[in-house]
Amino acid sequence: MDLIIDFALLALLAVTSLAILRQTNLFAAVTLLAIFSFTSAALFTVMDAVDVAFTEAAVGAGFSTILLLATLSLVGGRVRTPQVRIVSLTAQAPSRRPTFPLVVVLITGGILVYGTLDMPPFGDPDNPVHRHVADHYLLASEEEIGIPNVVTSVLASYRGYDTLGEATVVFTAAVGVMVLLSGLRRRDSLGVEAWGEEGLHDLDPGLGASYSGHDEMSGADEEGERPGERPGGGVP
Amino acid sequence: MSDQVILRVTTKILVPAILLFALYVQFHADFGPGGGFQAGVVFAAAFILYAMVFGLRRTQQVMPSWVSRLCASLGVLLFIMVGFSSMLRGAHFLDYSVLGHDPLEGQHVGILLIEIGVLVTVFGVILSIFYFFAARGREDL
Repeated sequence: MDLIIDFALLALLAVTSLAILRQTNLFAAVTLLAIFSFTSAALFTVMDAVDVAFTEAAVGAGFSTILLLATLSLVGGRVRTPQVRIVSLTAQAPSRRPTFPLVVVLITGGILVYGTLDMPPFGDPDNPVHRHVADHYLLASEEEIGIPNVVTSVLASYRGYDTLGEATVVFTAAVGVMVLLSGLRRRDSLGVEAWGEEGLHDLDPGLGASYSGHDEMSGADEEGERPGERPGGGVP
Repeated sequence: MSDQVILRVTTKILVPAILLFALYVQFHADFGPGGGFQAGVVFAAAFILYAMVFGLRRTQQVMPSWVSRLCASLGVLLFIMVGFSSMLRGAHFLDYSVLGHDPLEGQHVGILLIEIGVLVTVFGVILSIFYFFAARGREDL
């Protein structure tokens, strides 16, 4: 029964990713990405990894989606250059048929599948990962740490150093985003607006076209920007 | 979004429940799934929901962006301080056993503190990144 659910969810994942590839409406693609994350979370739950599922649902489906929507409200919700789409295997493919990328993808996929043949069988108690310290954690954590949830005692106590590294990585990511975004923030007034008092109105996919005039990425409005306002702006 | 009555009312009801659920996830992690990371994300999600419905400015009156940035660094600091305080008591870095009267209590204290550290950091990071994304292209923030 578990196997059927696993395969059904995996099939859903595959279908969702194909649907994402075929989307030209970025708003729909973001929605599908959220669905993808939720399906993965369901898969993790079936595999008894509730903590991972929780994180996937909160970060993958929740927060990433919000960030992508915020980005869409700036750049618009449609793909403007259809040539970029690699998936157009149909007759109206641009200039040449994408056989070479297909071959590359097939070879890479074949190598990956070949690599999984050496993986230990799923759930086997004799797997290397279960033969090192896992038994000790499962048996002794109640006496040594005193809390019933082994996941928490491993994360917080046995592997506290790793968790410290994780927290530091998260913090570093935030610092990186801040440096990147605050440095590139525009000082002059453009028509582009992020979320404000109007909130989600800006996220309407139909509004995407209206942004094309002052697209941040187009670089067409370079003159409107005072040089030196952003780092690197002074570099000739 | 000031004209969307249903969204506004629902948000006002939901935000306290989300905050409470985040604290539940945080302090129930000894017995069920969850922990500082998940709790931090859920806690930040409440503010993000508020910002989506009531606007960034009103959210930043409650939770200014400098507070979220401060949180991001304070959590890591708390984590490291716990590690050093066990060193000061003669044990290894992040060995919580010496933090209480007996090893088990020390483990409880240590885990509680570092989970709070993770919560504060993740909350601050998530909210700061959201603020930066949402405020992009805006003059008045």
